[in-house]
Amino acid sequence: MRVNSVDDLNKLKERLQKEHQLKEQTDTIVTVGMSTCGIAAGARKVYEAILKEVEKRNLNIIVKKTGCIGLCEQEVLVEVACPGRQKILYGKVKPEDVPKLLSEHIVNGNVSAELVVVGKAS
Amino acid sequence: MLYRNHILISSHTADAAAIKERFERELAARKLSGAVKVISSPDLIDDSEETLVVVYPEGTFYRGVKADDVPHIVEEHLIKGRFVKELLRCEYDDSTVPSLDRLDFFRKQQRLVLRRCGSIDPEDINDYIRTDGYQALAKVLTAMTPAEVIAEVKKAGLRGRGGAGFLTGLKWEFCAREPEKVKYLICNADEGDPGAFMDRSLLEGDPHSIIEGMTIAAYAIGASQGYIYIRAEYPLAVRRLKNAIAQAEEYGLLGENIFGSGFSFKLLIKEGAGAFVCGEETALMASIEGNRGMPRPRPPFPAQKGLWGKPTNINNVETYSNVPLILLKGADFYSSIGTEKSKGTKVFALAGRIKNTGLVEVPMGITLREIIEDIGGGVQDNRKFKAVQIGGPSGGCLPRSHLDLPVDYDSLSQAGAIMGSGGLVVMDETTCIVDVAKFFLKFTTAESCGKCVPCREGTTRMLEILEAITRGQATLHDLEVLERLARVCKNTALCGLGQTAPNPVLSTLRYFREEYEEHILQHKCRAGVCSDLIQYQIVAERCVGCQACVRVCPTGAIRGEKKAPHKIEVLDCIKCGACMEKCRFDAIIRS
Amino acid sequence: MSQVTLTIDGKEVTVEAGTTVLEAARKAAIDIPVLCYHPELRPEGACRICVVEIEGARNLPASCVTPVAPGMVVRTNTPAVREARRTNLELLLANHPQDCFTCERNNNCELQALARDLGIKKVEVKGVRRDLPLDKSGFSLVRDPNKCVLCGRCVRVCSEVQGVSVLDYADRGFEAMVYPPLKRPLDQVACVNCGQCATVCPVGAITERSDVDRVWEALADDKNHVVIQVAPAVRVSIGEELGMPPGSITTGKLVAALRRLGFHKVFDTDFTADLTIMEEGHELLERLENGGVLPMFTSCSPGWIKFIEHYHPDMLAHLSSCKSPQQMFGALAKTYYASKAGYSARDIFVVSIMPCTAKKFEAARPEMNSSGVADVDVVLTTRELGKMIREAGINFAALPEEAFDEPLGISTGAGVIFGASGGVAEAALRTIYEVVTGEELKELDFTAVRGLKGIKEAAVTLKGRTIRIAVTHGLKNADNLLKKIKAGEADYDFVEIMCCPGGCIGGGGQPIPVDREIREKRMSAIYAVDRGMELRKSHLNPAVQELYKTFLEKPLGSKSHELLHTHYQERSRV
Repeated sequence: MRVNSVDDLNKLKERLQKEHQLKEQTDTIVTVGMSTCGIAAGARKVYEAILKEVEKRNLNIIVKKTGCIGLCEQEVLVEVACPGRQKILYGKVKPEDVPKLLSEHIVNGNVSAELVVVGKAS
Repeated sequence: MLYRNHILISSHTADAAAIKERFERELAARKLSGAVKVISSPDLIDDSEETLVVVYPEGTFYRGVKADDVPHIVEEHLIKGRFVKELLRCEYDDSTVPSLDRLDFFRKQQRLVLRRCGSIDPEDINDYIRTDGYQALAKVLTAMTPAEVIAEVKKAGLRGRGGAGFLTGLKWEFCAREPEKVKYLICNADEGDPGAFMDRSLLEGDPHSIIEGMTIAAYAIGASQGYIYIRAEYPLAVRRLKNAIAQAEEYGLLGENIFGSGFSFKLLIKEGAGAFVCGEETALMASIEGNRGMPRPRPPFPAQKGLWGKPTNINNVETYSNVPLILLKGADFYSSIGTEKSKGTKVFALAGRIKNTGLVEVPMGITLREIIEDIGGGVQDNRKFKAVQIGGPSGGCLPRSHLDLPVDYDSLSQAGAIMGSGGLVVMDETTCIVDVAKFFLKFTTAESCGKCVPCREGTTRMLEILEAITRGQATLHDLEVLERLARVCKNTALCGLGQTAPNPVLSTLRYFREEYEEHILQHKCRAGVCSDLIQYQIVAERCVGCQACVRVCPTGAIRGEKKAPHKIEVLDCIKCGACMEKCRFDAIIRS
Repeated sequence: MSQVTLTIDGKEVTVEAGTTVLEAARKAAIDIPVLCYHPELRPEGACRICVVEIEGARNLPASCVTPVAPGMVVRTNTPAVREARRTNLELLLANHPQDCFTCERNNNCELQALARDLGIKKVEVKGVRRDLPLDKSGFSLVRDPNKCVLCGRCVRVCSEVQGVSVLDYADRGFEAMVYPPLKRPLDQVACVNCGQCATVCPVGAITERSDVDRVWEALADDKNHVVIQVAPAVRVSIGEELGMPPGSITTGKLVAALRRLGFHKVFDTDFTADLTIMEEGHELLERLENGGVLPMFTSCSPGWIKFIEHYHPDMLAHLSSCKSPQQMFGALAKTYYASKAGYSARDIFVVSIMPCTAKKFEAARPEMNSSGVADVDVVLTTRELGKMIREAGINFAALPEEAFDEPLGISTGAGVIFGASGGVAEAALRTIYEVVTGEELKELDFTAVRGLKGIKEAAVTLKGRTIRIAVTHGLKNADNLLKKIKAGEADYDFVEIMCCPGGCIGGGGQPIPVDREIREKRMSAIYAVDRGMELRKSHLNPAVQELYKTFLEKPLGSKSHELLHTHYQERSRV
């Protein structure tokens, strides 16, 4: 893939935005804060636990990594975005919280109140 | 007996018993009776008339379960581990969750530089492009001359985010003006202040913004080769940067003939070995050249004679990541944020005795109070605010009376602190101010390169005096010598490290002199930190002789019979304070 | 160059653009105190003693690294400046051994002088002091890190002037110190022992290894017949060491002083310098005639020899196989002279007075024992000789002029000019010309090869053959020249290379301080001595002629090879 011109860039951007919108409308996206602060707090293990749970339960969700949002105090941070709902940011997530968190939030539709940091308007 | 799963079945419906029995039968058939316990629960109820089934430990809620569904649930959920989607109870209730923009931590922030951090995947260039990435570069390379770029950055009023706050556009102009053909561009990512991690966060969370900013700067000054000098202690940042550079090269956004404009730019990563002084630009260049990281006198400035003797522009990470924003949204937008002389936003790392530690981005001109109390949530454990150290070891310590100081380059420097790279350490009344000065000076003393006398010898002597003060062994004359050394070091050290090393001493002397004098004259440390100046005592009237303190004392310094008042042997006591923490009767006091 | 006018202490000063504030102040008769600054080295700006006030500057800049600017207003003597200078000096003193009495540099120490000049009455700063081991590993130099003020002059002279770079900083902050690579002792690194570091050191942190006591002991031992040789450059510099102005010619007084110290025979290295011309000149002619390796390099300078062994071992075949005059002298003193005077080699104790620290290493080379024992027993520098003369209470200035002893004290002007860069080449030309053409050379002064220019060139046509000559001094210059020769960018037949700037008159064992002006004075003194000599061509030296007639037979003969020639070895760079 090569971006040779401004036109190329804009076309690529439009395509990516469309794809992203579509995904947001149809897929559940779980994002883990994976900067050094997150990783030091155990984000890698949480990330692996999520992947394992997704595979085990055959869940139809997209798992992503992102950088630090600044709430280092609350790491490990996991954001869950279900289509059509406000995004929920969970904090201080531990690997052992993952099965319950996913099944409560994504499967049962309950927000795991004790872990919630904040909701984000989608 | 440990069960792998528990199944709870609501008992209020007609077919509940049948369902329970069916579960037990299906489990037995699969030899799972010993692993899964089925429980009928009268408490499990909702307003529907359907049977509810919950599978633990996941807590998966199934509703409207019929007896015929049971084999399917057992097969899918209990054996294969998958949810039975059609039976899931899924009703959302988010109303109790506070929304992001209502949270104080975010409400007063203005996240421009950090806007992508925590939202995009830093390892995917597509995420960056989708969120307007490389648009500024496209505009610059196809529609602007280098002079126009510099003019725009100058107009925006962007100042260096690495410390001193020199006007970025002006710095670029100096370098662009040099007639020399070969020029270099350097990104200073040698973030070394204790407790500061703004740059790391940016490099890890949005690496492409730095690449884009650097490419724009390279075009402006006429450089075709750039270096990112980054600490080797930032392995993840290095990896993400390398990955980002590779992706940008693959897309043709770095390298030869970018956007067909004829402009080419190559970017190399140089890993530093972690010397604090290598954040100083001339030392940094020496280090890239393979020499000992030692500063040299300026002039010549890097813009005249920098890396390999060629004109060189150096900015830090945050400065570069401001650049695409300025070019994309325009200087007018950018300069509308901040104060008259300090434009845009600044990222700070909140640390110390503050509730919300972390990384925040605020508009210039915000007050310290807003950062500490509103965004930071105030001092931990409801203690009293005492001081805030701004700008790391080169910065200063500001007292309570300065809480309403607007945070901009000039106000901070007038108050004896500096913007620095953006470290913000909050202290409460349990912090000893002399100890704080000692802490920061210890850092700079260890990190001095040793080249110039005031920094090599002076910081060591200042530290020795501070140590004597905290031991109660100093005189007022020592305080005079300390001030003289601090003044001379500030005035005559060769580089920024030495010139700013005395700032923590000078600012604490300015605002907390009485605390120094207390240590010297009364041998008293009001915060109870300086162990040589404190004593633990047991108040006999309050001591019940429970021996809790005796058990916790690591040196066996507490003596006494059970149920009789105890005593601390002063000579054996190492003043760790463990006894005081343990005592439930407030019988141990510190003086 | 454009001119810049600025104000220093209320006086207008006009200087060339690019001048530093320090230099401009000197022009205005204001001597700003300095420590790390050295006029011949790139300014470092490390000691912060030369700080001044400049209007508009937010701190006190170091004048040695601050270029002048039009309209600049400088104040060099204000309360803030005085406080800063004193404080920085006090900081240095607080971490410096207070043992001036026993220091090699007592009374010739820039730190001491600064403390006096800046009026330090008391060192108020106290605390831990450095305590590092001394490095006495080498034959030539001793490093005392505890005295080091980290001015970096040694580091700079070693890299900028000598291109050796065997000294640099290690460690940080208070622990920072100048060390050889990997903190190894000096004898285990590629140091050439030139001692230029010792001549620029403002304090006693690098000094020559003192061998004075070994000489006193030898003189006190009746079993020894102690002979001494004096290098050409010493006669124009020992006066300086003893309070006379630079460039004083003191050959006769020097001989008188040495006799009074108790040396049994006072000989002259100039004699073997003449001999060197005979051997080396014929070696060159032989190489020219028989297609030998060219260009041929001179081999008198032991710092240069060790340099090429470490850094350009692939070019060792270019070196003349002649020993240096010092070692030729030692070999002859213990053979030729010994048998003439009725001694065995073991009876004779040979002392050299050299302008050089590297000579100490040279004398200790295992191959330098053609007489069966070490040919030269002890080498003293000019500075060490000065100490002996002072200790013996000899009033040097009041001494009469005395003559060297025969036969090893007879020499020509060609031998004396060995002491200045270009001298060997000039002396060789004087002889080769007459040997090749058979005609008398009228114009003896080859001025093209004289002076302090880094690389000097000359060409002489002898019987239709042009001999191309290059002369260089200072190892950085030598290194550049060697690289050019290797790259085929330079084509010479004969190259004179001296390790130290200016040749031996600027040697590492010479009086401190030294600068360009002093070197020029010593140099012109050397040529004045040459002009005053009756004989100015080596081959006309009657003692040399006698030596060939009765002992060596002919230049490059078998006896010569045994006693006067040597070989070299490759040495590692680390």
